[in-house]
Amino acid sequence: MTPYARRLIGKIGMNALAVIVLLVMIFPVYWMVSTAFKSNEQIFTTEFIPFPTDFTFEHFTNVLTKGVAEHSIWLYLGNSAIVALVTVLIGAVFALLSATAIARFRFKGRTSFLATLLIMQMIPAEALVIPLFMNVKRLGLYDQLAGLIVTQIALTLPFGIWMLRTFVAAVPKSLEEAAWIDGASRFTTFWKVLFPLVAPGLVATSIFSFITAWNELVMALYLINDPTKYTMPVALQFFFGQRGTDWGAIMATSTLMTLPVVIFFLLVQRRMVSGLVAGAVKG
Amino acid sequence: MTDTSTLARGGGRHSSSPGRGSNRRRPARAKGLPNWAVPYVLLIPGLLVIIGLLVYPLIQMAIMSFQKVGVAQVAGKKPATWVGVDNYTSIFESEIFWTALRNTVVFAAIAVPLTLILGTAVGVLLQKLGRKMSLVLIVGLMFAWAVPPVAQGAIWRWLADGERGIINWALNLLPDWLSNLLFGRSDWTGEPWLNDAWSIYMILILCVVWAGIPFVAVSVLAGLKGIPSELYEAARVDGSGAWRTFWKITFPLLKPVFAVLTVLSIIWDFKVFGQLVVLGGQTNREAFNLSMYAVAEAFKAPPKMGSGAAIAVVLTILLLIVTAAYIRQLFKQEEL
Repeated sequence: MTPYARRLIGKIGMNALAVIVLLVMIFPVYWMVSTAFKSNEQIFTTEFIPFPTDFTFEHFTNVLTKGVAEHSIWLYLGNSAIVALVTVLIGAVFALLSATAIARFRFKGRTSFLATLLIMQMIPAEALVIPLFMNVKRLGLYDQLAGLIVTQIALTLPFGIWMLRTFVAAVPKSLEEAAWIDGASRFTTFWKVLFPLVAPGLVATSIFSFITAWNELVMALYLINDPTKYTMPVALQFFFGQRGTDWGAIMATSTLMTLPVVIFFLLVQRRMVSGLVAGAVKG
Repeated sequence: MTDTSTLARGGGRHSSSPGRGSNRRRPARAKGLPNWAVPYVLLIPGLLVIIGLLVYPLIQMAIMSFQKVGVAQVAGKKPATWVGVDNYTSIFESEIFWTALRNTVVFAAIAVPLTLILGTAVGVLLQKLGRKMSLVLIVGLMFAWAVPPVAQGAIWRWLADGERGIINWALNLLPDWLSNLLFGRSDWTGEPWLNDAWSIYMILILCVVWAGIPFVAVSVLAGLKGIPSELYEAARVDGSGAWRTFWKITFPLLKPVFAVLTVLSIIWDFKVFGQLVVLGGQTNREAFNLSMYAVAEAFKAPPKMGSGAAIAVVLTILLLIVTAAYIRQLFKQEEL
């Protein structure tokens, strides 16, 4: 075999393998979406129906009108969106300030602060929920979205600062120094020079925090009791409590829940990894 | 993306001589805060959140683990009473604790290597593919990655459904003799995968590995892009095969990446929660892992926050041991 032929075969094999990997990885997601669009007849069968031939929006209209636990999915989507958005808005400001401090200044306690950030990323929410429940209860924030938001800010902030730090550090310091020499105040320098340059990183960090808050289950499960304040991950549990699992409704709800995350993921995929493994990847 | 971390290393650090030089040259400003105070002022909001909502609750958690915190204490009617190490002795005597610990550790011991090996394989594949095919595969991976944990659980619960699940349908497709030979049975219709702890964990492993592959793959790809291609050319000229090249060049150079990925995966798999809840681990005590056991104990009726906190302390300590390795790795990597 000529080297050319061998390389060609290798290339075809590689692409075939890629197609198989793609199919395996995407199948569960495809199955979720296709089930969501199938009629009950096609869902509740022992046959394999690869594609919904009787395409229907029935399950989507059902979960959006009738919903679960006596409320439309719109309510839960709304609650999730409020929690995630407020978390991001407050979290982004806090993270930017802290990230600027650690990326731009050397100060006493900086290393301890960085170590604390790292350790806090590892603390399981399932452990923290126990003391936080007591505090939220004491402060009268139990069963309130505000209480949930506060805990979400706490859960997302350490990683937010950690990720944003690399973006702030990536902005050349000389730009700010030039502004200082020109007589700009500290605030003007921050707002007019640093902020626009860090903005893309801030967006990436915010999206990451949004997804974390959007997906969060344990706090929402134990800090909220009132069904009108459920978030999506909690609401989804109630489909399983019902007699005879309504798979069409579950898959439609799961699809609705996944959609915003997919969109955000495709937007920031590359930056996200850079934040997570920052420092480990030798450039 | 590797660019940012490279810049971060140069830009974020001032202990190197050029950085220090520019610090000294910085023009003095008359107005505003003194220089030394600026970082502390910037840190105030972040510090308040971290101390008030993370560090302080952790201390509370540790204290609670030595107290009896029941209905009256949750309602604020009675102060918590000290019970010494009673919470710990009672959880260590309980069988569920040891089952949960075993579930947690065994699950991580299987899921972490599987995720890393398969994820690395996909990452290497991504690098070898042409531009277009690589992009298509990455977009496909993004879809799997983006599914929220509870929805992942829902999907796999549906795939593993006894009557209409695809898994049983596929197992029924196997020729009867093969199925009999492998599993001792040929009819899988109605096989309930989510009744027993061991089969719940089998499905959970499939679910978590599937969902974890994209992150590992994309991180490994990012690392691979940073390895100079001359190294690979040299290896090829020297007649090194793909396997040898991986172990002699790729693996040593990507060791830091693998170290971080391993630790992150261990941490994530140790506290797997959303998927386990949906797959039935919340109602089946045999299928508890430590995080499930901690909240189940703390929030049961009547609540036993004290013993819940004790389990949470054990889980946290286990995770901190792993974290210590991670932090040392990161601090060794670069000056933060």
